Amino acid sequence: MDKQELISKVNSVLAEEFEVEESVITPEANIKQTLELDSLSLVDMVALIENEFGVKIASNELVKIPTFQSLYDYLAERV
Amino acid sequence: MRRVVITGMGIYSCLGKSLDEVCKSLYDGKSGIVLDMSRKEMGFRSGLTAKLEIPDLKKELSRSQRAYMPEQAKYAYCATVEALRNAKIDQDYLDKHDVGLMYGNDSSADPTVRAVDTMREKHDTTLCGSGAIFQSMNSTVTMNLGTIFRLRGINLTVSGACASGAHAIGLGALLIQTGLQDMIVCGGAQEVNPFSIGSFDGISAFSIREDAPEKASRPFDRDRDGLVPGGGAATVIIEEYEHAVKRGAPIIAEVLGYGFSANGDHISSPNVEGPSKSLRMAIERAGIDIREIGYINAHATSTHVGDTNEAKAIYNVFGDQRTEVTSTKSQTGHEMWMAGASEVIYSMLMMKNDFIAANLNFENPDEDSAKLLIPAKRIEKHFDTFLSNSFGFGGTNATLIIRNL
Repeated sequence: MDKQELISKVNSVLAEEFEVEESVITPEANIKQTLELDSLSLVDMVALIENEFGVKIASNELVKIPTFQSLYDYLAERV
Repeated sequence: MRRVVITGMGIYSCLGKSLDEVCKSLYDGKSGIVLDMSRKEMGFRSGLTAKLEIPDLKKELSRSQRAYMPEQAKYAYCATVEALRNAKIDQDYLDKHDVGLMYGNDSSADPTVRAVDTMREKHDTTLCGSGAIFQSMNSTVTMNLGTIFRLRGINLTVSGACASGAHAIGLGALLIQTGLQDMIVCGGAQEVNPFSIGSFDGISAFSIREDAPEKASRPFDRDRDGLVPGGGAATVIIEEYEHAVKRGAPIIAEVLGYGFSANGDHISSPNVEGPSKSLRMAIERAGIDIREIGYINAHATSTHVGDTNEAKAIYNVFGDQRTEVTSTKSQTGHEMWMAGASEVIYSMLMMKNDFIAANLNFENPDEDSAKLLIPAKRIEKHFDTFLSNSFGFGGTNATLIIRNL
């Protein structure tokens, strides 16, 4: 999976799960604000990423992933 | 003593998704029972079940609200929306008053099983997702409804096996009578997924009359061979009488009496003394003569011992009074944790529309049911007071007496 494919899939699965239009997902947008995540639904995002990409985001690493761009980069290094 | 009245009702069951639909099904003698072949593939002895659709609440509730709701909480949400609307209560009212919530529920198997499967397969609890814990708890219905409707009075799940819904209404009425609450959203909910009743099927409690699903639930009939599991949710809004008058609420009935008892006996086989005691207590607390009771909605689930002992208990208390007795489970199957609440609503619909629905499949009485007046066909009858029984595993018994207003 090249990075563009990865970005496309990340946007698609997150938009579907958290019921937002894909168009609101931009690289610099804040993930929690855009997807309206609270402490519980953040768990669902971690589970979704693990199920879809086989990458487990440790809870202490979440703070390093505030934007979608940082999520793309984090996954690109591990997928 | 403060009087307790019913000002709203809502239902989501195999007989319909609204009061109007359910009333028509009761009147027409419709059966909600089907054969689910997927249960046979899972190793069920009986694939019979009530059939109802899990509501899609995507338009009504946000993702985060839905994430914590198992199927029975969704049924309960639908029933509660209808009940609040009929009671003329909007969100603004709920935000300004301390409204309580007491609902019967005694399992939440599907999310529990799914979470355990995930843990066993993936060895990672995060993958259970955020909803699993809230969906799995017995109090899932009250925690979900309480947060969705922002209720701030008592918030309590009543787990009394198949008498849960009746106990919820009875205990709620006591809280209102004693002045601790003015209004409580009461009810009962029951999941319908196979995981919830697989082990129940395993003790050979279910009818295996699979060639004719609509004939399988036959309370009081000589040839009954077990119950059929059902489910859904039912909500009644109970309220202190003066409080209801003051806000101009539609007052539709009064909770006159609540009786309860425990058998202190076998875990699954009911006896006669316990239920008789519950009936007598309800009648005594209602302060009425049994001749005032125009209809008895029996617990009768279509099991041999249960129906026999309930028939004996009713005969013990009513003697030759010959009040009409039916079990609406002949149409719905056994709605278990929901039944005590749904059967109050079924009986209310009959009372308000002057009929008693047929006790379907009552073709031949046995020695005990022959002593009761059990209409096998619908009858047109006006009555103003009914008694509803609910009995559960462990020998818990509840009886409610409701009067038309």
